[in-house]
Amino acid sequence: MKTPSASKQVMSILLMIAGVALVIWSLAMDIKGSDVSYRGATLVLGAVGIIAGLYFYPTIKHHRTIINIIFLFPLLFAFAVTVIIPLVLGIGYSFTDWDGIRVKNVIGVSNYTRMFTQASFLWSIFITFLFVVFNMILVNLVAFLLALLCTSRIKGLGFFRAAYFLPNLIGGIVLGYIWNFIFSNVVTELLKTQYSMLADTKTAFMAIIIVYIWQYAGYIMLIYITGLNTIPGDVLEASAIDGANPLQTLFEIKIPMIAPTITICTFLTLTSAFKQFDVNLALTNGTGSVDIFDNYLTNGTEMLALNIYNTAVIKNEYAFGEAKAVLFFIILACVSILQVRISNKKEVEL
Amino acid sequence: MHTKEKTSSVVIRLIIAIIIAAYVLFPFFLVCVNSFKQSADITSNPIGFNGVSFGQFAQNMNDVINNKSFTFWQTFGYSAIITILSLVLLAVLGSMAAWVICRNKTAWSNVIYFTFIASMIIPFQVVMLPLISTFRDVGKFVGIPMLKSVPGIVFAYLGFGGAMTVFILVGFIKGIPFDLEEAASIDGCSPEQVFFKVIFPLLSPVITTVTILNGMWIWNDYLLPSMMLGQNGPVKTLPVAVQAFVGSYVKQWNLILAAALLAILPMVILFLIAQKQIMEGMIEGAVKG
Repeated sequence: MKTPSASKQVMSILLMIAGVALVIWSLAMDIKGSDVSYRGATLVLGAVGIIAGLYFYPTIKHHRTIINIIFLFPLLFAFAVTVIIPLVLGIGYSFTDWDGIRVKNVIGVSNYTRMFTQASFLWSIFITFLFVVFNMILVNLVAFLLALLCTSRIKGLGFFRAAYFLPNLIGGIVLGYIWNFIFSNVVTELLKTQYSMLADTKTAFMAIIIVYIWQYAGYIMLIYITGLNTIPGDVLEASAIDGANPLQTLFEIKIPMIAPTITICTFLTLTSAFKQFDVNLALTNGTGSVDIFDNYLTNGTEMLALNIYNTAVIKNEYAFGEAKAVLFFIILACVSILQVRISNKKEVEL
Repeated sequence: MHTKEKTSSVVIRLIIAIIIAAYVLFPFFLVCVNSFKQSADITSNPIGFNGVSFGQFAQNMNDVINNKSFTFWQTFGYSAIITILSLVLLAVLGSMAAWVICRNKTAWSNVIYFTFIASMIIPFQVVMLPLISTFRDVGKFVGIPMLKSVPGIVFAYLGFGGAMTVFILVGFIKGIPFDLEEAASIDGCSPEQVFFKVIFPLLSPVITTVTILNGMWIWNDYLLPSMMLGQNGPVKTLPVAVQAFVGSYVKQWNLILAAALLAILPMVILFLIAQKQIMEGMIEGAVKG
């Protein structure tokens, strides 16, 4: 009994040592600057060796801890490399003149002060807020009405639900181009007009809202349907016996009872509208002329996410774009916390 | 009298429902019809059936599928590989991590859990620029290319999808009685056996939910692949390819719409097969997330 365990222990220690050696060797090759093509493979092999060694190490006392570490490590590692490190670096870069590759000077808060003097950026903030407000109201309203329709007694309910939900399956880029085609060819044909809705800033803004409702309302509708279905049937029955008309039932029973669902839906529409990028890019690419306070702007429909992207990637001002992104993050965090707070309070009151 | 009023209102509601359905489905109809036309026929008559022919459809499809910047089969393959690999890894590694976080009530597991939750509010824009430089450096350091490569983007999806996946899974694992695990370990199961033989099979409904949510996001995602893979890199996903294709074929609507048709078809087919699961999964995800 003792010998296999001892040999297992030796094996696992050897595995770990070999793994560490492979990792150190492949990292040393990197520092020396030699370009061996199998360097990556040896590193992975080494890491696997260490993990396997740890896993086979015969100990009852620490086995649970070892398993915990092995189970957590892959996801946490990916999370740290893709989210935490870039977030910390990004906040740091926003105070420098980073050009996407290296930092030359630390320039303090001048990226932040500069963006508030840039009229096009202020305009982007303004229309993003406008878009979010319109969207939150309209998507929720449309979705709620659709949900009422889809919980009433009509034939083919399953078909209607699926049909209304269908646009949500399609990515923003593809459906943006489909609607781009519709606005510039089909709508002009139907209305017998010369100019596409997308050519004018105001109507282009409306177009984005229309597309967004088309895409998103079906999804929010599904959530409202789930909420409406949780209302117990006897409550509705009791109200009918008491002589409540459909409107009273709606405003005094249904809406108060699905308050948690309303919170979820406003939160979803709020955050997704703020982050809106794909449809904006594919539909108008942010174009549109605006005359405001003696500034002539050409980014009439450019929302925050697209403005950040254009600043950094198209105009190559990485640090400036990153500073805008940090502000975007702060706005988003504040607004969502505020929204959840307000909704929670309302729920308690009801 | 009462019943008559009811039937009339039912009919009105049905008509409204049909009109809305027609409006919602109209764009899909336009995509299909116009993929059967020549460019000139589309501009002169974008709605009707004038100029529809199967020969033209085959021609459009052929042009799109064999187009050098679209290369449909290759792009589709990359999209599928990236999505499937990310989903499998997220499901397996996500539930492993969620199980550890859920079953260890220690300070660090709480810290990890709340870091995950807090990170869900971070917009992609704030990490995307340093992400590219980080991945470039990491790739150089370890000797595995992380940009313009499949492993790199799968790794990124693992990082970005991890938080929500763990959050939903932890919520589910909390509801699994701990006695089950105790019984298994008394029977002589090691912790990893407890997880893979007892817990993991029980997770299948919530893994379906997570997979649907992540799958819809990853398959349709544009910004992350466009930043990490580049607009014209060797590896492309369908949304990136559509964007690049539209850029090089401005106003050639027959080709653009044929490309759009090809891009939406896989999702629509999947929806027709697994409609119920997809709709339920999306609801679950929203209610829990």
